[in-house]
Amino acid sequence: MDLYGLVGFNILVGIGTIALITVGLGVIYGMMKIINLAHGEFMMLGAYATYVATAHGINIWIAMLIIAPVFVGLVGLVVERCLIRFLYGRMIDTMLATWGLSLGLIGLMTSIFGNDPRGVSTPVGSFSIGHYAASLYGVVIIVVAVLALVGLYAMLSMTRYGLIVRATMQNPNMAAALGVAPPTIYMATFALGAGLAGLAGGVLAPISGVSPVMGAAFIAKAFITVLGGGAAIVTGTSLASGLFGFIDTFVSFKSTPVIGEVALLLAAVVMIRILPQGITGRFLRRSL
Amino acid sequence: MSQSTGTRRGFLKLGAALGGTALSTPFIARNALAAEPIKVGCLLDQSGPLGLSGQPMLQATQYAVKVINDQGGLLGRPLQLVVYDTQSSMQLYTQYAQQLALKDKVAVVHGGITSASREAIRPIFDRFKTLYFYNTQYEGGVCDRDIFCTGTTPAQTVSHIVPYALKNWGKKTYIIAADYNYGHITAKWMTKYTREGGGQVLETDFFPLDVTDFSATISKIQQASPDFVLSPLVGANHLGFYRQWAAAGMKSKIPVASSVFGLSNELNSMDASVTDGIISAFGWYPTVPGAGSKSFLDGMTAMFGKGLPMLSELDSASYEGMMFWAEGVKKAGTIDRLPVIKALESGITIDGPSGKATMDPATHHVIHNAYLAKAEKAEWVIQDTYPASPPADTAAVCDLIKNPRMDKQFIVNVD
Repeated sequence: MDLYGLVGFNILVGIGTIALITVGLGVIYGMMKIINLAHGEFMMLGAYATYVATAHGINIWIAMLIIAPVFVGLVGLVVERCLIRFLYGRMIDTMLATWGLSLGLIGLMTSIFGNDPRGVSTPVGSFSIGHYAASLYGVVIIVVAVLALVGLYAMLSMTRYGLIVRATMQNPNMAAALGVAPPTIYMATFALGAGLAGLAGGVLAPISGVSPVMGAAFIAKAFITVLGGGAAIVTGTSLASGLFGFIDTFVSFKSTPVIGEVALLLAAVVMIRILPQGITGRFLRRSL
Repeated sequence: MSQSTGTRRGFLKLGAALGGTALSTPFIARNALAAEPIKVGCLLDQSGPLGLSGQPMLQATQYAVKVINDQGGLLGRPLQLVVYDTQSSMQLYTQYAQQLALKDKVAVVHGGITSASREAIRPIFDRFKTLYFYNTQYEGGVCDRDIFCTGTTPAQTVSHIVPYALKNWGKKTYIIAADYNYGHITAKWMTKYTREGGGQVLETDFFPLDVTDFSATISKIQQASPDFVLSPLVGANHLGFYRQWAAAGMKSKIPVASSVFGLSNELNSMDASVTDGIISAFGWYPTVPGAGSKSFLDGMTAMFGKGLPMLSELDSASYEGMMFWAEGVKKAGTIDRLPVIKALESGITIDGPSGKATMDPATHHVIHNAYLAKAEKAEWVIQDTYPASPPADTAAVCDLIKNPRMDKQFIVNVD
């Protein structure tokens, strides 16, 4: 019984982790149609921001929940102004440009901090489920993932900015005719997506470690989840991470992490075959 | 200098040695070559995921070359390093290996970090008759007359870790290993030694190098509830295991021993609360006592400053590998491949950072001291010393004196 509790908890943490690494990409790829291959490196920048901030004595919660997303959001702003804004509507070109960006960021961080993985210590301890122990940090991941998704949902559906963003993504010309400046909205949305990636990097830093090449471990899962989720980013990301997180963690527990990863990819292939537009391409189409 | 004169000179030298007049390099030939440096190739990852291990290995190699050159070089000629950064990429290993063998025509190549990279370049150096030194602790079993392996093998490390764990912690173990040849073969050795010690392996799990999330595994380990965990996990991503293990509060419940932990500055890059209590065994630690160890550390610090990471066996073995080759050249009186191999097969002993180290003629592996240590407050505290540990794993299957044409890697069989 305790074991079911532990596995159940791990599945929730697995889902939370996937949701967290995906939500930023959901904004940039799902909404803006920018194939951001530098998503993993945005996470890496968030992790380094957390590392540097805590090394300078800043409280770790402030470092990963505020400094990391704000810093990477600002980086996203600069990237959008210097690179991405010339590439709207040219999906394949964005892929090439962001791939170059990701290599550049890895090289930049390597030359600043070196190759060695850095650590950020976990701010909370552990708790027990029966006679099994689990990390309390898993709770932090779940809570942050839920808050990020709920916050994004609330912002898109309830605020004026959210309405403008949705309108701009749907039809930029019409939005412009109604007095909105699409370039500004694009810029802000890209920064938002980058900031969410930074948040994910900051929150995952204590468990994955911080190194210039850490982004590669996340990027594939993030893209699969966004594609699996479909057009509605909040609902799609939640559903797809729920499905993939469950399959990955459960199969990993029953067999090995390799088989877990295989099962995840297999599920993704089957799902894309059945639902080429993602889950929300067929179900819950009017959701966000 | 063309290849044929070199061989002729080596032949003359050999003839002279046989004639009983050792140390007689033809006077004229030596003068003619005095100015020309001996090229020494080096293939180590300076960037990418393995760069962290490769950078200090290259520094140790450069330090060894400096020590040799300060003493007047070899055969009156200075050494010149030819270094290529393999960038943690197998493709670059094969490309640069061919370049070193065919274009640069180096006398010897030192390098390779992962077993995968060694197996990628070993056939190339075999084919082009280039002497090759692999200076990394690895899974053992390579039996090939063209290669010398100066790092420790499971018989020198795992064979000490497992009995220590069985004696101090209990009989049941859970093995978590990296999913490539090193992890698979080392896991087999761990299984073998555990069974021989009367222990039981509950489960063995393998992880590709890009796995960062170990939560499912940590649950599985708890369910199996072993007395200790054995970990040949490799690389920066796998360090996540140790962090998540500590974060789940498991560190105080089930101890961990590893055959790789400590080779990449782990004690400095992770919090002491994560690393304290982890057991490992290597041929050298910075805390190993002795004059050789101290002079290596002092020399490295003097050459590269305080920015050095915590050095490990990879670095001491890189240094010792160069010194072994230098002794072989001195003894052979030439840099030609076959005479140097024969000289090294005469059982050369050097005084390295780890103490006395002897080249085992039959296996081309090194008999040297091994140490078992425990991480305490970001330092390796030596628990036990095993003087003159032989590479028994490889020696059991490999005899290059009897079968000089042997060219394979033996893999231990465990059902």
